[in-house]
Amino acid sequence: MTERVRLLTLYPDELNIYADRGNLLFLRKRCEWRGIEFEAKEAGPGESFSPEEADLIYIGGGQDRDQEAVGADLLETKEEAVTAFVEMGKPLLAVCGGFQLLGRRWSSGDGEEREGLGVFDVSTERGTGKRLIGAVAVEANLLGERLLVAGFENHAGRTRLGVGATPFGTVIAGYGNNGEDGTEGVLRMNSIGTYLHGPLLPKNPRLADLLLALALSPNDPNPPGLAPLEDSLEMAAHQEALDAALRNRKNRNRRSRVRTG
Amino acid sequence: MPELRASLARAIGGLSRISGKGGGTTLPGRAMLVLDPSALERLGGQLTDGSVLVSATNGKTTTAAMLSRMVEQSGQQVLANRAGSNMPWGIVTTLLDDREALGLFEVDEAWLPEVAGSLRPRLIVLGNLFRDQLDRYGETESIASSWARLVEGLGRETVLAANADDPLIASVAADSPGRVLFFGIEDKGIALDAPPHAADARRCRRCGGRLVFDRSYLGHLGEYHCPACGLSRPDPDLVATEVELHGAEGVSATLTLGTAEFRLELPLPGVYNLYNALAAITGATALGIDAEEALLALESLPPVFGRAEPVRLPEGEARIFLVKNPVGANEVLRSLDQEEGPLDLWLALNDRIADGRDVSWIWDADFETLAGETRSVVCSGSRAAEMAVRLKYAGVNPESIQVDHEIGQSMVTAIGEATGTLYALPTYTALLELKDYLADHRDLDPFWEGPGQ
Repeated sequence: MTERVRLLTLYPDELNIYADRGNLLFLRKRCEWRGIEFEAKEAGPGESFSPEEADLIYIGGGQDRDQEAVGADLLETKEEAVTAFVEMGKPLLAVCGGFQLLGRRWSSGDGEEREGLGVFDVSTERGTGKRLIGAVAVEANLLGERLLVAGFENHAGRTRLGVGATPFGTVIAGYGNNGEDGTEGVLRMNSIGTYLHGPLLPKNPRLADLLLALALSPNDPNPPGLAPLEDSLEMAAHQEALDAALRNRKNRNRRSRVRTG
Repeated sequence: MPELRASLARAIGGLSRISGKGGGTTLPGRAMLVLDPSALERLGGQLTDGSVLVSATNGKTTTAAMLSRMVEQSGQQVLANRAGSNMPWGIVTTLLDDREALGLFEVDEAWLPEVAGSLRPRLIVLGNLFRDQLDRYGETESIASSWARLVEGLGRETVLAANADDPLIASVAADSPGRVLFFGIEDKGIALDAPPHAADARRCRRCGGRLVFDRSYLGHLGEYHCPACGLSRPDPDLVATEVELHGAEGVSATLTLGTAEFRLELPLPGVYNLYNALAAITGATALGIDAEEALLALESLPPVFGRAEPVRLPEGEARIFLVKNPVGANEVLRSLDQEEGPLDLWLALNDRIADGRDVSWIWDADFETLAGETRSVVCSGSRAAEMAVRLKYAGVNPESIQVDHEIGQSMVTAIGEATGTLYALPTYTALLELKDYLADHRDLDPFWEGPGQ
């Protein structure tokens, strides 16, 4: 039987501000090169879906106006399906604005509190200080594997984890959830929320492949590995992104608690 | 006292040039603003013919160069910030020069409200607003809002030349207390099938409804309307029809201004340069310059470094196109798509502040048009490998891609590989590095006249 990954993108027209489509393209090609059938689906405003129809969900970031427009629709038309999908142990990647929307509470552009989906036990407040912008590197743990993830963040919101919530990773360089507690993102079962925005998968091929492995066997704690690909350019790009974040840290030299390597 | 301050500031500029730390294009202005925080307003007030400001995400350097040429050819003296120093200190540096002139300044989008507030210009040319360096400028919407506040507060004496095809610009300009001249394109032949992925302004600024694009020409520029509130594109005063694109060589179009009709032969390529020319001609008209005279000035436009300019080297010829955001890159790729393939390419992606630290944008640009069209590809700059990955996933054969972070050396390699013209696509600081390399190694003049944004 041919293997197949059905990727469902939520609000692709509204939430795409940081070139989020780079993630989709990256996943698509890595499936195609391995002979895995790849199907891209979309669910926009007013459109519902069944959690059975997808193997992997992606939700990106948008401008304030778009995030506002999408927030209410998400609760109205997709709450049950997204919650069920996550609780089935299927993989979901929520980036930046999408990460905030899936928390318990988030804050609109003018600082008003909004109700989120509550899939993740996190809440986000509009920061009073500067936007948190810059290259970022994170030490994460997924499927028992330790991995370095590099990318770029740009957010005004400060996100705090609920008491029992697990972060996606620990900040090595950059700000993460709030610039204070050293946590980055959130991990619940096999679903990830993160501030590493836009095309983070092209900078992190290992993370992309773990998501694909989970999409293919969501209930297997040790999903079979995927066929290896020739990844020398990808690994060089990963290193460049890590270097950018570490350079950033060196310049700022403001974090006392540092773990590398 | 004022004169003493100006001399001191100029002396600092001279020192910076001698010490080799930059072209002395902004330091005197920085010094001046420390000595006199109102220097921009004070010196600007001494311009005998007032001032003109040009701003846009893409094309402000080219548009300002075009307009400057038109004004000069009409016999007026122009004082322009040609070194691409388009923030207040750059303009103050320029203003230390002879002020018996018309001040013509390209201005960084984020600084336009402050500069316009100080200079109270006769004319502001508003070209376009695109997604660009989100880490530096924030979201496109927030720039549009700051421009809207600026426009509402303008005096009646300030004229606007505004792009009717950009819904953000058109809605901002509509609230001007003074006269507004609009420009735009109306040509089915060059319309895209759908707004490209990198299109930004999909929503109406007035009501938040979804805009319908009847025709898209470039990014979110086109003919549009809002079904929810009835907002529509303003009728342009200057219209381009019968547009013909001539690859990397140029573009021609029929222009209609009132009852008069002209044929434009522009020696710069692409729809984006057509928009730049329309902006400049509309601006010139607002200044009372005859349209035919303005067109003539365009045909003899001197090349701007990094804007499709051919550079001849012993090993071969390179054509350099600055790329800095998805829409700009898409337009360059559209011009390359019309060239006879296969192409030899050099792409340099840096992630310094002036490039945008965030290189995400390359995933929004449609490099897919290069698939199957390349012979050799060299990627350079601090994020050379990420550029290479982008091309690989766009369908460019990875075996044909070389990665070399060093700008000068990689250019030598690329020129060596090329069998015909090498197409060079650097980001802003990569362009500056390339320029320095060529100046040091190729006996070319240093380009302090050179690239802006």
